[in-house]
Amino acid sequence: MALGRDFVADWIARSAQAISEHRSELITLDREIGDGDHGENMDRGFTAVAVKSGDLPADATPADVLKVVATTLISTVGGASGPLYGTAFLKGSGAVVGASELDGAAIVAFLTAARDGIVLRGKAEVGDKTMIDAWTPAVDAAAAAQQAGKSEAEILAAAADAAQAGAESTDPLVARKGRASYLGERAIGHRDPGSVSTTLILRAAAEAAADAAASA
Amino acid sequence: MSVGIVVVSHSAKIAEGVVELAGQMADGVAIVAAGGTDEGGIGTSFDKVGTAIGEADSGEGVVILCDLGSAIMTAETALDFLDDADRARVVIADAPIVEGAVAAAVAARTGGDRDAVLAAAQTAGGGSAEAADLAGVQADAATASTSSSSDDGAAVGGAGRRVRHATLVNGSGLHARPAAEFVKAASGFDAAITVDGVDAKSLLRIMALGRGQGSELELTAEGPDAAAALDALVALVDSGFGED
Repeated sequence: MALGRDFVADWIARSAQAISEHRSELITLDREIGDGDHGENMDRGFTAVAVKSGDLPADATPADVLKVVATTLISTVGGASGPLYGTAFLKGSGAVVGASELDGAAIVAFLTAARDGIVLRGKAEVGDKTMIDAWTPAVDAAAAAQQAGKSEAEILAAAADAAQAGAESTDPLVARKGRASYLGERAIGHRDPGSVSTTLILRAAAEAAADAAASA
Repeated sequence: MSVGIVVVSHSAKIAEGVVELAGQMADGVAIVAAGGTDEGGIGTSFDKVGTAIGEADSGEGVVILCDLGSAIMTAETALDFLDDADRARVVIADAPIVEGAVAAAVAARTGGDRDAVLAAAQTAGGGSAEAADLAGVQADAATASTSSSSDDGAAVGGAGRRVRHATLVNGSGLHARPAAEFVKAASGFDAAITVDGVDAKSLLRIMALGRGQGSELELTAEGPDAAAALDALVALVDSGFGED
């Protein structure tokens, strides 16, 4: 079943909750190889998003909600994640403008545009030890699942699983972008915090989609 | 009005400090700080950057200086949200924040257009550009020391190349504000002017010379208004730049 505005609202609420629950984990990860503010910044941003997205009119489309997520993250997160996630949601919402419901193709289009937005903004590639190491495998897995005719919930579950594996793959890497790039080999053995928050957000999407499918 | 400058830093103190430093050399140029988060913490604020761009833009354009990577991302995102017409006037410099802001401010003060201000910032040093610039300074100095011996006998010679000497009498020498005034004065002439072998219209090269009080400067000028340029610059040095 295609996913509508209620799915997006549930996804955002679940993301806010997951970020809040993992706030100290994100702070700890970022303190190891960054400036330590990722958990706090993301929590502040998604808390604001949860409030703002509740104010939208009843006839708002998924793209409308996603655009509010984008602008709210951009103006509230503070660290690099604000422009990065903000641009992701902005470009992603642009890819699904006008649709009242998101089918598998729209979900893949959203994820692809979101990832491309992050690359545009942060100039990172796979292997740089950034959130792109979670996003790109997620996009690839979602596209493969969609081509195999899987449901929306299965597509998002595939994306979340791939993001998780991608986040784990950052452990042995030396960072080539972001604050951790100043640390050289000292970054080895630590997971990139942005790849972990990406996984949380995509996992929230998969759970919201599974819930929507179960209650349909 | 001149080109405006926005300084984006993770720290409000850094942004304000850079604005203060650059402003010392660029009276009347709109240099606006956008440092820290909305709550005053460490980070960058999309809203502060957007507001600062609006304040700095008088229609002549804006050059943005940033510190760490996410400041650049925040600035780029702020640009994405401008109207096309406004965005066309705004550029982000790939330059070290302090040196770039100082060079940009002086270029804006001397009437440079947006691209000239951007170029001034981007040639202000940092990484390989700095190495190239320093190499250039050394090459210039080497050229000056070899050529001065051969030219000394003919102070007015060759194709109208003129040479004059002047001694720095002011306390801070050819540094900071005096250096900026010197560059401003030199930029008013068409002649190619050097001071101790380096381009007299390049603030950072002049500051890199590190000439202090009591140093004797060798000024050369070549071009139609060379004599007037040297008269003006020698008078400026002799005046002590208004310092004691």
